[in-house]
Amino acid sequence: MELLTRRESWNIGYEHALGETASWFFVQVRDHAKIYGRRCPKSGRVLVPPRSFSDQTLEPTTEWVEVGPGGRIETFTIVCEPFKTLPDPPYAFGYVLLDRADTALGGYFRGIDLSDPSKAAEKLKIGTRVVTRFAERRTGDVLDFWFELENVERATVGWQ
Amino acid sequence: MTNARVGIIGIGQSEFKARREDANYPELVREAVALALKNAGRELDDMEAVVYSLAPDALLGIGNAERLGVDAVGARNKRFMRINTGGATGLSSVAVAHSHVASGACDIVLAAGGDKVGESGDSQTILNKIWDPTYERQLPLGTITMLAMSAVRAMHKYGLTEEDMARVTVKNRANASLNPKAHLRKKVTIEDVFASRYIAWPIKLLDACPQSSGGCAVVLASERYIKENRLEAVWITGVAHCSESYFIGDRMGNNYVADHADAHALGESFERSYRMAGIKDPAKEVHVAELYAPFSNTEFHAVEAAGLAPIGKSMAMLREGQFHIGSRTAVNPSGGTLCTNAIAVSAMVRVAEAALQVWGRAGAHQQPGAKIAAASGNGGDHQFFGTMVIEA
Repeated sequence: MELLTRRESWNIGYEHALGETASWFFVQVRDHAKIYGRRCPKSGRVLVPPRSFSDQTLEPTTEWVEVGPGGRIETFTIVCEPFKTLPDPPYAFGYVLLDRADTALGGYFRGIDLSDPSKAAEKLKIGTRVVTRFAERRTGDVLDFWFELENVERATVGWQ
Repeated sequence: MTNARVGIIGIGQSEFKARREDANYPELVREAVALALKNAGRELDDMEAVVYSLAPDALLGIGNAERLGVDAVGARNKRFMRINTGGATGLSSVAVAHSHVASGACDIVLAAGGDKVGESGDSQTILNKIWDPTYERQLPLGTITMLAMSAVRAMHKYGLTEEDMARVTVKNRANASLNPKAHLRKKVTIEDVFASRYIAWPIKLLDACPQSSGGCAVVLASERYIKENRLEAVWITGVAHCSESYFIGDRMGNNYVADHADAHALGESFERSYRMAGIKDPAKEVHVAELYAPFSNTEFHAVEAAGLAPIGKSMAMLREGQFHIGSRTAVNPSGGTLCTNAIAVSAMVRVAEAALQVWGRAGAHQQPGAKIAAASGNGGDHQFFGTMVIEA
């Protein structure tokens, strides 16, 4: 028999409050091109991205600590497949432990030739030093900054 | 712990496919419920409570679809609740049904649900929405990228290779070819896996689960009810959950509790369920394991969390022939989540398949002589874990 379908889509808008801690963090990113973490007074750990409380000790964090702009790659992936509403591939992103931070911050890796993902993966190995770069026009968002390999001279692949 | 045992007396699984144009959502759930009741030899009226297994609404595209599903499971005038722990939902639903019986509140309980992930075919866009909109959703995280990043850490820490990953796919696809309910049933070779395109490095298309549609239902009853009605049963002897905190970036860096390479909280959950079941050495005692692993690499950390291999050693054991049907512990003899992923019920299928194994009813994918089985479910951002031990 003939079987029918009905097309439906969800497109719902939200205006999410970021709260005091994330708002202050993004204002520093936007206005000063600086990244800060929050220190947990109990463990001494600097949490990046900053949170108003530690999910390990449940203590309120008490101190802003500037972190980066240098850091090391903790993990990454290179996306090669298009997904609806997500960016066009290829793109690389992952987590970086910024200098003076204790937890890793998510962000894009840019300036690396991604045309051969396995070759690009060699460049993004865990432990590789990176530096944070900031967009000229910043809006106060995670996408205002990204990471590039620190020692660009030694990068053997071409730039995008 | 209570001494009164809780048994599984009926199992229903639909055939899993990309799409089921012949059945709408409640009809698909109804199909699994009818199969489970027939298998248990019970009527819908016998069920005292229904636990409804339903993961994020948007995968299905129906908000709070338990409102629609309540009729499919015959829950009118009964205890009814929806459970959602993401990918772990199906196992969590059976765990809640277990609690209804173990507490003495009910004698016989149905856990059921279904999913039609194939109707959007867009699960990564939907699953991107499970991430925090403040710091992380923009990146854009999804479940494939999250677990690709786990693979990258396992490569660094333990020497996991893409060939190791392919070996999981080859094993599980061969197993699924023996399982008539499985979605992806075509056998593949290591070369086939390597020839498939990268989705999120190092995960290739054949390292990834499909987006499946189908339903699953399980009937649980008290030992007293089972004996009074002279029913056949297998027994849930261990059940536990454990959760991980939210931020992936906290599972790396300095002085972390859990490494994102591993499934730390899954290991804790398994320890709890083994302790309850009195299992001291799972590698020797567990004959078969149905472990939630939607991407090939994640089967390794699941095997290790289940205590079936030392941390970082499961790749070598698979290379040496372990974890196949007929080896000491068969892992995912059904083909697992890698071959069938109807997200709302995937972890219930793990329980159902584990039960079929110790019952000796798994057919062509039976692990010979299986008497003790382990099952697991993973949900959230590698975050919510549930485990069970099921015994003949």
